Amino acid sequence: MRYLVALIVIFIPLSVFAAIDTFEFKDDATRERFNELTFELRCPKCQNQNLQDSNSPIAADLRNEVYKMVQDGKDNNEIKDFLVARYGEFVLYNPPVNETTYILWYGPFGLVVIGIIVLIAVSRKRKRSDQEDDSETHLNNDEAERLNDILGKGEQK
Amino acid sequence: MRRFILFIPLAIFVGMGLFLWKGLQLDPTELPSALLDKPLPVFELPSLLDPERKVTEADLKGEVALVNVWATWCPSCKAEHAQLNRIKAEGYKVIGINYKDEREKADTWLKKYLNPYALNIFDDKGSLGLDLGVYGAPETYVIDANGIIRYKHVGVVDQQVWGSLKGIMDQLKSDKQVLSQ
Repeated sequence: MRYLVALIVIFIPLSVFAAIDTFEFKDDATRERFNELTFELRCPKCQNQNLQDSNSPIAADLRNEVYKMVQDGKDNNEIKDFLVARYGEFVLYNPPVNETTYILWYGPFGLVVIGIIVLIAVSRKRKRSDQEDDSETHLNNDEAERLNDILGKGEQK
Repeated sequence: MRRFILFIPLAIFVGMGLFLWKGLQLDPTELPSALLDKPLPVFELPSLLDPERKVTEADLKGEVALVNVWATWCPSCKAEHAQLNRIKAEGYKVIGINYKDEREKADTWLKKYLNPYALNIFDDKGSLGLDLGVYGAPETYVIDANGIIRYKHVGVVDQQVWGSLKGIMDQLKSDKQVLSQ
């Protein structure tokens, strides 16, 4: 019983976040498509929410438009084009690859490549300097003698 | 050479700092209009003050004008209303789109705060607003004499904003005169 109450308490607040509309779909595929689109389209007013989550009036209007279009059997691209023509590419959470978004799509790969180059350069350098350092860390005969001398003096005292 | 390499992280840090600092100055709520340099959408809606009269996009052509999207439910619209009245007094044409509003309330509002609009389009369903890409009133567009959208401002039109809008309108007006000569 206690567990049941705990579960209810945990899950009730979650359901409050979703905006509630009562749309009736002609079939399940259409409902699926509507959910997919409203999940992928961004609300122009509230910036960091998609159409599905947002409670703003404009999001409700756009959900309505998307609903009308899916019911009319328009395909996903037509619906996206409709919104992009009015609100710009901003509304797409999944932006298309074009000149303005090259940096967005390929930037991370560029950074990885730069990282790998730096990594290789650094490790090569370290290897080389390790070899060079051998001559510096190993004492030659003169130095060894002087060291023994100094240490020897310390022991005598 | 080694010394120089030591400064690379500092250089990257300064570069990032400048980039992000610049980012702080940007207003992320201001979206570029998808309709810039495009003609006004096709529409047919009643006039606010004369329900019998049908207004279409053709009625907005012929003169450089401000198109102001407003509503009585929008507090910022009230804030900018006095400025719109001043703009009218300066001799510029202002056209209103009464967005998702009630006719009676809008009527009272215009009587109470004066009417700066040469023409008011009654868009109670928000269909024209949708076609214009309106995502929150107030929004103000500058259209040229051919009904092409030349500029969009989202938010209150205050003295400062009007300064830049006025510049754009004057530019469009002088362009038009050059063309007609």
